[in-house]
Amino acid sequence: MKHAYFPGCSAESTARDMHRSTLAVAEALGIELIEPQGWTCCGATAGHQTDRTLAAALPAATLVKARDMGLDLVVNCAACYNRMKVANHEIAASKQVQAKVAEAVGRDYDGSVKVRHLLEVLLDDVGTDAIQDALHGSLTGMKVASYYGCLLVRPSGVTGFDDPENPSSLDRLVSAMGGTALEWPHKVECCGGGLSMSRTDVVVNLTDSIVGMAKLAGADCIAVSCPMCQINLDMRQLDIAKSKGNRYDMPVLYITQLLGLCLGVAPQRLGLNKLMISPEKVVKAVYE
Amino acid sequence: MTMTISKNKSARGILKQVQGISGVDLSVCYQCKRCTSGCPVSSMAQCPPSEMMRRLHLGMGDELLNSDILWMCVSCETCSTRCPMGIDVAAVMDALRKLAVQRGAAKPEGNVPLFNRAFLKTVEVFGRTYDIAMITAYKLGSGKLMADTEKFPAMLKKRKIALLPPRGADRKTVRRIFKKTKEDGAGK
Repeated sequence: MKHAYFPGCSAESTARDMHRSTLAVAEALGIELIEPQGWTCCGATAGHQTDRTLAAALPAATLVKARDMGLDLVVNCAACYNRMKVANHEIAASKQVQAKVAEAVGRDYDGSVKVRHLLEVLLDDVGTDAIQDALHGSLTGMKVASYYGCLLVRPSGVTGFDDPENPSSLDRLVSAMGGTALEWPHKVECCGGGLSMSRTDVVVNLTDSIVGMAKLAGADCIAVSCPMCQINLDMRQLDIAKSKGNRYDMPVLYITQLLGLCLGVAPQRLGLNKLMISPEKVVKAVYE
Repeated sequence: MTMTISKNKSARGILKQVQGISGVDLSVCYQCKRCTSGCPVSSMAQCPPSEMMRRLHLGMGDELLNSDILWMCVSCETCSTRCPMGIDVAAVMDALRKLAVQRGAAKPEGNVPLFNRAFLKTVEVFGRTYDIAMITAYKLGSGKLMADTEKFPAMLKKRKIALLPPRGADRKTVRRIFKKTKEDGAGK
């Protein structure tokens, strides 16, 4: 299984742990991930809030590189995944957009490179049976709240990822690892995403509600697959404690970190030390 | 919902402009308010998304471009996903933001455009985001110098913030994209 792999900018800063655990899990499961040389930023929220052509052209610059490699493009960051999918959709749907993007990028592109989220590769290509066969540890006894956030599942007509209101991809992986996948109501609520710095007040309100609900549902940890969700739910717990007095002490791990632990990958290769809320109890549970 | 419609004040033609930028047909909205029910910030904002749609129908441009929802909207796309008429409400919001910035109406909640500019500037220069440069530009611009500083030592220690600028990106193509889209945007 060979794929082009787009790490996304946060893989080099706030989400090195997502990136490293992705590579470790891919290696353990025989998935070959190759970065397109010279990949560039997808534009993120700032891009689409600013200009529609810019928001389509930035992802297209990397999509063209994946096309040159003759491979589909696998993305783990939910936000990058979303922007890549939206760009493909807009470029394929309108000749006018296509022409503008071609002019901006300097290459023709018709929106045809297949963009897949890592979760889709794990579930559809590898499959939970093969993953279970490869496990060295398990999440037995752990209650995990799977948090999907916005950008994997919305807009559903464009991303086509799972059920937009009650997705189960992360839950299926949690179950495969022997954990209890919690039914809880905030799976696809928004954490505030890219407003983390510019409207911290909004983000603190939203994350308080999400982490609080996970706690109420009895979660031992939250599993995510997006660097914005991770940093908002994890780091903003410090602000929630300060401004609202709610202390949750809720570890927020990337699904690839959980999977890496259960596959027997050494914790230091998974970047677990980068989490703000200590994941110690999760690590202990896997090693017990 | 109570609205006061002021005559001669509203930016006329805003409906057409928003439709042009977003490619969305706004006339099919029948005010079912599913967008507002699902909106994570509707309880915090003065003008929830369904009201924004109604104001557009009524041509209440000035009020809309100054509305707080534009800069509280988290782009979660719940509205677009749940609209029974398939209206991409989030695209309408993007179009309004663009108009608000163009017309200098984004003053009261101006930190989001500032953040977006700081973010995109690092992308334009380095081909990828460069957090330290972005954060510095944002802090200087917003005057929020002390925000989140208590987290910096831990973030640096955990290497959650890269000190050196990103390397290896195809900067040439990215610069071309910014140049071309700016030219294109200026022509409108």
